[in-house]
Amino acid sequence: MTNLVDVKNLKKNYSSKEAVKNISFSIKENEILGLLGPNGSGKTTTIGMLLGLLKPTSGEIKIDNMFFEKNRIEILSKINFISPYIELPKKLTVKQNLIVYGKLYNIQNLQDRIEYLTEKLRLEDLLNRITGELSSGQKNRASLAKALINKPKVLFLDEPTASLDPEIGDFVRSFLENYKQENKISILLASHNMSEVSRLCKSVLMMKNGIIVDAGTPEFLIDKHGRKNLEEVFLKLSRGNNESN
Amino acid sequence: MNLIRIYGLFLRHFYLITRSFPRVLDLIYWPTIQITLWGFISNFFATYSTYYNNAVGIILTCAILYDFLFRTSIGFNMLFLEEIWSRNFTNLFISPMRISEIITSLVGTALIRALIGLVPAILLTSPLFGISILNLGINLFFLFLSLYIFGITLGILVSAGLLRFGPSFENIAWSTMFLIAPFGCVYYPVDILPNVFQKIAYSMPLVYVFEEARRILVDQTVNTRNIYFAFILNVVYLTVAISLFYYSFNQARKKGTLINIGE
Repeated sequence: MTNLVDVKNLKKNYSSKEAVKNISFSIKENEILGLLGPNGSGKTTTIGMLLGLLKPTSGEIKIDNMFFEKNRIEILSKINFISPYIELPKKLTVKQNLIVYGKLYNIQNLQDRIEYLTEKLRLEDLLNRITGELSSGQKNRASLAKALINKPKVLFLDEPTASLDPEIGDFVRSFLENYKQENKISILLASHNMSEVSRLCKSVLMMKNGIIVDAGTPEFLIDKHGRKNLEEVFLKLSRGNNESN
Repeated sequence: MNLIRIYGLFLRHFYLITRSFPRVLDLIYWPTIQITLWGFISNFFATYSTYYNNAVGIILTCAILYDFLFRTSIGFNMLFLEEIWSRNFTNLFISPMRISEIITSLVGTALIRALIGLVPAILLTSPLFGISILNLGINLFFLFLSLYIFGITLGILVSAGLLRFGPSFENIAWSTMFLIAPFGCVYYPVDILPNVFQKIAYSMPLVYVFEEARRILVDQTVNTRNIYFAFILNVVYLTVAISLFYYSFNQARKKGTLINIGE
């Protein structure tokens, strides 16, 4: 399988701090890669660079075989992002938001695309409602529709089920699994929900203090660190007593 | 009444002010600008009480022109701020929009916003005060065009500041128009300003626009040099503003401001 995302020796320095220190990884086609790490470990900075919001201090990012800095606009048309920390314009209806973003991504047959996402994400009753008046779960589905409006080849998810109740969280996870399977997209999932990561991700990167401290399948990491589950591995690595390193 | 709690709430706002230079600046320049602007206006009317035969008409016409400039500039800033307030900023900047496309779209939208406000104002002045801004004739188009370009220029400059320094620059966004108003010579001729201020005024397109509007209304003559100078200066300022916007975008990507604004 080919790599859709290739990151080599990526580094980001702020004036007095090294936020990301020389990390390298790749995401294969039709793969969900988990990105775990405590707060301040460099996950957001890494995702920021992959989205073009941050310029790397050094290193390179290739997405769909194109270097990011030289092909920023073309790459941005092939990726998308969802995070509970960013929202769609609150005063527009869900449909208006999808139309706006469909235009920004220059989507052909936009009406068909909106109908497809409406059906898949059960948005029928929400389309004509004001986005700001929706519940967290409804907003999440609307944001997910926006994130998929351009049929992204790579989807970046930052805690996509944070603040959702278990039923909606499960719906989102099932939807992502099915959507990935049907469309062969690659996903980078940053999450603090270990059961979510265990369920969705074939492989996981563990970050701490700007470096990747471990990587592998959830099962491999659990075995390697002699723990019962991924949450215990996370706690072990983030507390610093990484016996295997 | 608990003094500790009162002090606690005072501290909450005091810390906010002391940690943000734009907020301190905001506190200082509002009174300064108001006093300066009204000082020059009062000084002018005290010295040249017979200058205007049709004072209401000229002042109202200049007020409408200035309001158009104000609406254009604030309109541009509002569009940008709207994305920050609605936490939609990140969505916008991860979409495949070029900076030139963002600017062009906001420029067009700002014009429509300004016109929505301007047309009723023009229509109201005639029945209420018996004054028509259309008395400026065909030159009105060029004056509006100059003000529109300069308003957009200020909007782009402020948005560049928002990109680079984040939401704390918002207060500057609201007050740029008032900051330059004394030098724009909206309500009085440039001669009323001290020499140093006159030099600053002549370095901006506004003074040429408002001097020309008054010339047409008072003397019924047209000096195309004013319109020409305003245009040249507008081109220079607009070029600088767009370049600065690109620079700020690149700096924001280096410093991480785009992420901080977005969340």
